[in-house]
Amino acid sequence: MTGFQNVVAAGLVAGAQIVTVSVGGLLLVGVMRKVRSHLEGRVGPPIHQPLLDVRKLFTKQRMHPEQASWVFGAGPVVLVATAVVVAAISPLATTRPPLGRSADFFAIVFVLLLGSVSLALGALDTGTPFGGMGSSRAMTIGALAEPALLVAILAMSIPAHTSNLPVLVRMGLAHPEMIASPARILALGSFVVIILAESGRLPIDNPSTHLELTMIHEAMVLEYAGPDLGLVTLGESMRLTLLLGLLVNLLVPWGVADRPGAVSIVIGLGALAGKVALAGIAIATFEVFTAKLRLFRVPELLAGGFVLAVLGAVTALVVR
Amino acid sequence: MSNVSLVITAAAGSIAAIAGGALPAKTRVWAAVVLTWGSCIAALVGALAVLHTGQSSVLNSSQILPLTGVTMVLDPLGAVFVVVTAVVAIASTLYWLGYASHGLSTRTASAALPVFVTSMLLVPTAGSVATFLVLWELMALASLMLVLVDQRRREETRSAAQWYAVMTHVGAAAILFALVLLSAHAGDQTFAAIRVHAHHLPTAVRNTAFVLAVLGFGSKAGAVPLHVWLPKAHPEAPSPVSALMSGAMVNLGIYGIVLVGDRLLGGGPVWWWLMVTALGVVSALFGALHAATSTDLKRLLAYSTADNMGLVLIGVGASGMFAASGHRAIASIAMVAALLLTVNHAAFKGSLFLSAGSVQVATGTRDLDRLGGLMRRMPITGAVFMVGALSIAALPPFNGFVGEWLLFQSLLHGLPTSSTAVAIAVPVGVAALALTGGLTAVAFVKAIGVGFLGRPRSEEAAAAHEVPRTMQMGAGMLAGLCVVLGLVPVIVLPALGRAAASAVSGAPATTLSGSVDLHLAGLQGVLAPALLAAGLALATGAVIALRQLARRRFTPQPALRRAEPWGSGRELQTARMQYTATSFAEPLERVFDDVVRPDRDLDVSHVSESRYYVEKVTYWTSIGDVIEQNVYRPVISAVHWWGQRARALQNGSVHRYLAYGLVALVVILAVIT
Amino acid sequence: MTIRSVLQAMIHPHTATNDLGAPPAAAVGVRHTLGGSLQLRHVDAGSCNGCELEIASAFGPAYDAERFGARLVASPRHADALVVTGPVTKNMVGPLKKTFEAMPEPRMVIAVGDCARDCGVFKGGYGVAGAVADIVPVDVQVPGCPPRPEVIIQALRGLTGR
Repeated sequence: MTGFQNVVAAGLVAGAQIVTVSVGGLLLVGVMRKVRSHLEGRVGPPIHQPLLDVRKLFTKQRMHPEQASWVFGAGPVVLVATAVVVAAISPLATTRPPLGRSADFFAIVFVLLLGSVSLALGALDTGTPFGGMGSSRAMTIGALAEPALLVAILAMSIPAHTSNLPVLVRMGLAHPEMIASPARILALGSFVVIILAESGRLPIDNPSTHLELTMIHEAMVLEYAGPDLGLVTLGESMRLTLLLGLLVNLLVPWGVADRPGAVSIVIGLGALAGKVALAGIAIATFEVFTAKLRLFRVPELLAGGFVLAVLGAVTALVVR
Repeated sequence: MSNVSLVITAAAGSIAAIAGGALPAKTRVWAAVVLTWGSCIAALVGALAVLHTGQSSVLNSSQILPLTGVTMVLDPLGAVFVVVTAVVAIASTLYWLGYASHGLSTRTASAALPVFVTSMLLVPTAGSVATFLVLWELMALASLMLVLVDQRRREETRSAAQWYAVMTHVGAAAILFALVLLSAHAGDQTFAAIRVHAHHLPTAVRNTAFVLAVLGFGSKAGAVPLHVWLPKAHPEAPSPVSALMSGAMVNLGIYGIVLVGDRLLGGGPVWWWLMVTALGVVSALFGALHAATSTDLKRLLAYSTADNMGLVLIGVGASGMFAASGHRAIASIAMVAALLLTVNHAAFKGSLFLSAGSVQVATGTRDLDRLGGLMRRMPITGAVFMVGALSIAALPPFNGFVGEWLLFQSLLHGLPTSSTAVAIAVPVGVAALALTGGLTAVAFVKAIGVGFLGRPRSEEAAAAHEVPRTMQMGAGMLAGLCVVLGLVPVIVLPALGRAAASAVSGAPATTLSGSVDLHLAGLQGVLAPALLAAGLALATGAVIALRQLARRRFTPQPALRRAEPWGSGRELQTARMQYTATSFAEPLERVFDDVVRPDRDLDVSHVSESRYYVEKVTYWTSIGDVIEQNVYRPVISAVHWWGQRARALQNGSVHRYLAYGLVALVVILAVIT
Repeated sequence: MTIRSVLQAMIHPHTATNDLGAPPAAAVGVRHTLGGSLQLRHVDAGSCNGCELEIASAFGPAYDAERFGARLVASPRHADALVVTGPVTKNMVGPLKKTFEAMPEPRMVIAVGDCARDCGVFKGGYGVAGAVADIVPVDVQVPGCPPRPEVIIQALRGLTGR
């Protein structure tokens, strides 16, 4: 294939991954709400309801606080942009995503962090106490989750001698015994705790609460209306899907396309959708049976995640 | 050629100092600035020549300093520090042009600032012990005079200057002992001679020299627990001076440690570097935590300097550990990471301090709890501060991200092939890196969010307006560098590679390559910062287009309506209801309560008629520095106590004093014979 | 609630028209704009909480208004329609107006209950400022004291069209 064909192919793969993550992310949220509803004894909204919600939000009026600066409007845009970039370069459907050579795990984590920071800054720009409260709590939890996250990445990177994500997934496909290694299992256990913290699910944050003083993520978006809110909803669902997608591809990589070709990529996307849906159902089921943790108990949970990650790193060094 | 540039640097600096001291008020600042620029540019040219060719230049002169002569050696490692200092100095002096009317136009200041800049430019070029110490002392004295500029107006400035003076001289004493010890055993005081004799020195001498050097230079770099002068002196100094101190002077502490440890002593046992790494980890965590809980903008930046220097020390320590275990290639990469972190820090911290100075000039306060809403009133300063803050939080697409990535990669790849001690140290280092990254993000979201966004929390903030052009340009220049270094770090990497090779003996010369990507030689680690940034820009454009496109389905209304923020329907919403810096950091403060140990006081006064009704509640909280309170104050009290007791010796009787003289003379004669 | 019943519910989903019939006719323009998604913000302007209980029941497992695309949200900025209960007391006039102003266009107000319609049993009370329509423009009125959950749901279905 010529250089131009390569670029077009890469663009198509990126586009396919982005579209799957955006639309699929909203569907994932719908599936999770459906599971919750059924477990609560209700029928619940249809699975495509979040798509309808976002579509309607884009047709509504945008509202900005009088004294806000450009940062308020930029928050949701950067949130979604970072999610789009990560969706394009992550090994979700294929082990050779575009720009895969620089899809470093560390880089992806920091790009996602850019998204959270921009939303936190947008919340502070509202000039309301809710915005400050939400961003303060969200940034604190993010700060405490970061050590666990980076040490988990270290634990997964040591046996593979690289922190490049596509290589990690490829090695999981080629050497299944690496997945069952205690280092990776412990690291992925820690990763699950971090996903719950970063995407604002129970027991750290209740995504459907109406009580402002119990909100963490929701408090940051109370002021957004119309397309801004649509972008925030989209961005948050994309982040959840991306994190779950990385988790499932590191844990259960079968189905990810290893060779180039439209058919294998479509199969890869389908496998991703299935695996992420299962992960989402598991989280939704877990949420129904869990109560929200008090805010000042959350650091203890994150410290538990950190301990798991450190154990994983130590195991990775000892068992070589 | 570099010899000529060094001479020009020194000459231009001296003339600038004289001009600043002698000329009348209208012209002295301009003259000093222009001549200082000349000095910086000369140094820059010479250093770039050295970095380009990779060869050092030597300059000897026995005329300038009696007894010892002056030796100047510009090698790639020193050249990196010269370039950093020169660039920060150019930006800070440009800023000084606009800032001068705020108290920095006196004769003393105008003379001291060029001296400060020139001595900092020449310290990395010192090739002998005497030259080094003279320049070091000049730098310390000049900066002390500059810190004292505001001392008539503020009591805290005098106290800060006292702490700074004592600590920098205690550090200088430690450095003096270390270098004199080495030169005494080597027989000659030039660095080249010490290098040659280094391997023949007894282990006890090498260890003592290194430990003393780490203590002395570590104190200058702001390593915890020797950092207590940093959060006092940097905020009290005028802003261009703070930028120079944080952006250029603390780097020289790092230079000193690398100089003594690697260049003079040629590397050492693993425990040396373990000590440096431990110092780095403690500094990084302590500095980041205090930055996150600080409400004074410049104090926040000062603690953040201690944090970043801790990260650099982790890199230097890791490099030394890997070199001591025999893995030179990865040691070289770790050293490049440390140098890149230093360069990045100079760029973003310099820019942040200059912007903070602009805020202080525009509003008259540095207290974050009284700022807010400045992004609309000072858009350029706000944008520049934001670039600096996002860079220091290591977020793509800026330069801090590349530096942290490189450090992480060097720690990751150095792990599997190292000894047990290293294998334990590295995950601790990574965890510390991650936690400081998170805490720094909190600190700077707080600084931007509470300082610049939202609504103004005081009259002064509401009345702020943009600062003069030169101040904007000075800060903006360094912020622009942050962007450039973030997109194309390859413009500095070959130079840093050569510098690292000269520091870590036996390492291959170029370890990083690639024009757009950042490849690591011999390892699997790739990063393409420019492509990542391009992807982000493209995605941002696409998202904005999506948002605008959706408007077409809309019935005509104002598509964007500005309204008062939603406050649960309450009738009155004031700016004081917003989160302050104190409240923003409160959850973090609670988690780290044992480390931070805030002082709290709650005073409730009741209505005179009945104890059931409260008239007023006053809550007071303050976060001091635990190390200062628990380590330094007891030492100071002990010294005071000792001084009080010693006063008993001075009772005013001349007979007793004569007797002291006689006894002393007898003792000295006995000792000599 | 057994696993078997959950699986049955997922395999044979209960369609809305089974028990409540087709959605009532309403302004087609509104349905077109909303497209099956209706976010509601509830404001209690001074009610006795009887209507609140019925609304809570409407969103509960027995009547389950969420399956028609309606959802309660925390902020008026996120809402398409206000659900207002109770007569508007003097202290709630300002907050109700602010809540209405805080909603982005296009916006609606649904007045639930007889008190919201014409002050009901509290007409002429010293603390009552007026009916909801006297303070903010009302688009949908749901009569009843309190209205049954099915009636509330029919009103919502008229807006979502599902």
